[in-house]
Amino acid sequence: MAHMTASPVLEPGQDRTMILNMGPQHPSTHGVLRVLLEIDGETVVRIMPDIGYLHTGIEKTCEAKFYQQVVPLTDRIDYLCPLTNNLCYVLAVEKLLGLEIPPKAQWLRVLLNELTRINSHLVWLGTHAMDIGAMTVFLYCFREREEVLRMFEMVSGQRMMTSYFRVGGIALEPPLGFFDRVRDFAGYFPEKVDEYENLLTGNPIWTMRTKGVARMTAQDAIALGTSGPTLRGSGVDFDFRRDMPYSSYDKFQFKVPISQEGDVFARYMCRVQELRESIGIVRQALDGMPEGPIKANAPHVVLPDREKMKTQMESLIYHFKIITEGFAVPAGEVYQAVESPRGEMGYYIVSDGTAKPYRVHMRAACLANLQTLPTMCEGRLIADVVAAIGSIDIVLGEIDR
Amino acid sequence: MPIWLFIVVSVIKSIILLFILLTAVAYSVWLERKVVGHMQNRWGPTRVGPFGLLQPAADGLKFLFKEDLTPPHVYKPLYIAAPMIAVVFALTSISVIPFGNSVTIGGYSIPFQVTDVNTGLLLILGVTSIGVYGVALAGWSSNNKYSLLGGLRASAQMVSYEISLGLSLVGVLIMAGSFSLRQIVDAQAGHFWGFIPRWNIFHGQIIGFFCYLIAAYAETNRVPFDLPEAETELVAGYHTEYSAMKFAMFFMAEYANMITVACLATLLFLGGWRGPVFGPPILQAILPVFWFFVKVFCFMFVYIWVRGTLPRFRYDQLMAFGWKFLLPLAILNLIGTAVAVAW
Repeated sequence: MAHMTASPVLEPGQDRTMILNMGPQHPSTHGVLRVLLEIDGETVVRIMPDIGYLHTGIEKTCEAKFYQQVVPLTDRIDYLCPLTNNLCYVLAVEKLLGLEIPPKAQWLRVLLNELTRINSHLVWLGTHAMDIGAMTVFLYCFREREEVLRMFEMVSGQRMMTSYFRVGGIALEPPLGFFDRVRDFAGYFPEKVDEYENLLTGNPIWTMRTKGVARMTAQDAIALGTSGPTLRGSGVDFDFRRDMPYSSYDKFQFKVPISQEGDVFARYMCRVQELRESIGIVRQALDGMPEGPIKANAPHVVLPDREKMKTQMESLIYHFKIITEGFAVPAGEVYQAVESPRGEMGYYIVSDGTAKPYRVHMRAACLANLQTLPTMCEGRLIADVVAAIGSIDIVLGEIDR
Repeated sequence: MPIWLFIVVSVIKSIILLFILLTAVAYSVWLERKVVGHMQNRWGPTRVGPFGLLQPAADGLKFLFKEDLTPPHVYKPLYIAAPMIAVVFALTSISVIPFGNSVTIGGYSIPFQVTDVNTGLLLILGVTSIGVYGVALAGWSSNNKYSLLGGLRASAQMVSYEISLGLSLVGVLIMAGSFSLRQIVDAQAGHFWGFIPRWNIFHGQIIGFFCYLIAAYAETNRVPFDLPEAETELVAGYHTEYSAMKFAMFFMAEYANMITVACLATLLFLGGWRGPVFGPPILQAILPVFWFFVKVFCFMFVYIWVRGTLPRFRYDQLMAFGWKFLLPLAILNLIGTAVAVAW
């Protein structure tokens, strides 16, 4: 972008334009995004997103932590899909360690990841609809999200910051009644999606506001490095779960919804269909849940069971060693990408052979997706900017890290 | 009736009406929060008083005691005048609205109306037009970009929809042959085939009612036409810089306008206070007023219902809709009515 400068300042043009500063505190910039708009009346002449208001320094903090201590930090990267972050991080470390993860843990990871996708998409749908003025959808979505959060609380003790996955498996067995609750949810959730769609998909005002708005071609989408529904809404058929499977996703049947138009409505349809596909994956995971351990057989990495730690000397020693000095990871570097609700979430980890990572870098899908804003919005109206920001589903925690 | 008595009665009526109107404004806010709340799996206000019934009082107190902040960059005279213009003209238009027939007290016949102007409808249209100034001036004098955009949107929207609003009413005027609201209601007396009331909405003015409904939503800046205060785009639109009682005035003006619009719809299309009347004389005097309020309530309920359902238009779509669809429809309705009446 030519008008990007080191210190983001937009000067008003010579003639009739005005600079409008949207954010960082603004109702529809989804957190603390700041957008500078040069407007001519209501028409956007130039648009410049300005990020960095939610910088947390998590990437740097990771370097001072043991490998297992990084997991809780990853929750806070993309706070709408903590379990996806957990998964991506542990997969990367497991790749460095060369661990074999038992099938039950893998299936549980898939189950929880799809619930996370539903959770995240519900927040997206609610806020996106509210940006366009449909307030009721927001509260309907949060009604179902509440149930998902309760299920997360059931397995991990936390509603949002779950930290449920561990390097080498999963922290705990899910409690009794968890699977019944998920099955119950999977039973009634498709009806709720119908309910959202009744309010939006056929609504003439909704289609007027979204069809043909903030259009992006497939070439632009690829050139700007977008991923996830933002990419698939432009007609590019790519999904990590299907094309580069991880954590046994290749054993599940699901469709990857794509739309050709590349406008706000296309991205909306992609995500809504993903909600239905996700619940299908959840059902498959429930039906085919294998029996067996939930942790890999790697005593130097995986904490021993509480029971064993209290009764067996060797387990106690492992427990003490892992807690106090972590576990060493072979030197090397690894990049692991997963399909987060927003697109390609990648963890790049460099290990120098010690118990602490030398470098952890998160590849944020939103950062690339946000770059498309000028392509989508220049020459359109202010209201379209709001619709476009909603349609790329950004989470600022992930962008600023 | 001697002149002094007329003045005394008028003053008393004004005070009562103002009291009723302000209460209605406060409780339509409560109603809206409650109804929308239940539509959205929430409870709405529940804490202050039973069913949150004292919530309007609490809100009013809060507005009174909040700091009345005047930002340094505003143009003060207009900044202060704007909310007053909005609220004064919103409250004025209610004065010519008749709520029922009349009661006879001490030999004098007292109508349920502050003043029966023979051009009542024109007065309401004129006064609500002035109300636009409140919004436009607020947007301009705040010296804030969001306010300016909100003010611009509001004035453009209100001016363009006013034409459709006016034209949609002309059909009714042709049928009644009068501008007096009382005579318009009287023209709707009787029934078709003995049971369908001869209200204008059933008497060929269904399209007129439809045009009026849409134009009225746009006039009062309500969903799906609430662009001037579209909070997700313009923060709060024209009242971004207003706080405390000045903000409350805009709020009151909006709801008072809603009530006026609902009263007008009742009078012009829904037969005013006409409805089954029976029982002793006191009941016969009260029932018409009751029917009037029931109809107004239903109209307000639709307002709230729509708010709970629809997203918002975009600015250009709103203008296109107003000029390219609603205005031709209103003109067609007018021509059709004129032809039918002449024939």
